[in-house]
Amino acid sequence: MARIAGVDIPNNKRGEIALTYIYGIGRSRAQRILAEAGVDKDQKVQEWNDDQFAAIRQVIGDNFKVEGELRSEIQLNIKRLMDIGCYRGVRHRIGLPVRGQSTKNNARTRKGKRKTVANKKMATK
Amino acid sequence: MSRSLKKGPFIDFKLERKVLAMNDTNKKSVVKTWARASVISPDFVGHTIAVHNGNKFIPVYVTENMVGHRLGEFAPTRTFRGHAGNKKR
Repeated sequence: MARIAGVDIPNNKRGEIALTYIYGIGRSRAQRILAEAGVDKDQKVQEWNDDQFAAIRQVIGDNFKVEGELRSEIQLNIKRLMDIGCYRGVRHRIGLPVRGQSTKNNARTRKGKRKTVANKKMATK
Repeated sequence: MSRSLKKGPFIDFKLERKVLAMNDTNKKSVVKTWARASVISPDFVGHTIAVHNGNKFIPVYVTENMVGHRLGEFAPTRTFRGHAGNKKR
């Protein structure tokens, strides 16, 4: 177990995969980081030595926003939209899809669990 | 697909002309417009623009943060009053 970028503890996996456990790093960023730090991407995390760890931390610190910093940036962007009262901000506020998706059916990710309305059939008859 | 950078942002020509004229004379008055697709340029900041929503004109006070958005984003075209029988609100 090793610590990179604060709380994250990737494990005995290949470096390329282990780095994706960090919020804000996916496969392609992981590959770029390892290439820039000069670490073989197929090498397992437990085989890294201290110099390699330092190099990887350096590359991440210099180039990418990850974890808390990234999360707070996203929240700030959403807050900005809500504050200026634009359409996207309103959709965020009332918890509906923001990017023009249909809401007649589905859209459950944004709307949450179904709220059944009693006697709905009767009313539409 | 996003708009070509070569063209620059779409800013309604007549609206821009009116706002620039107001900037020159330091006047502030509400400008009515139907150009919902027009991007808000930095010149518009501090003005109030009445944006048509298909029914009436919604006054939009333009602030710094709104630059780069389109006027229509601030004048909703639909009214949702809640579902029938929803006793809340």
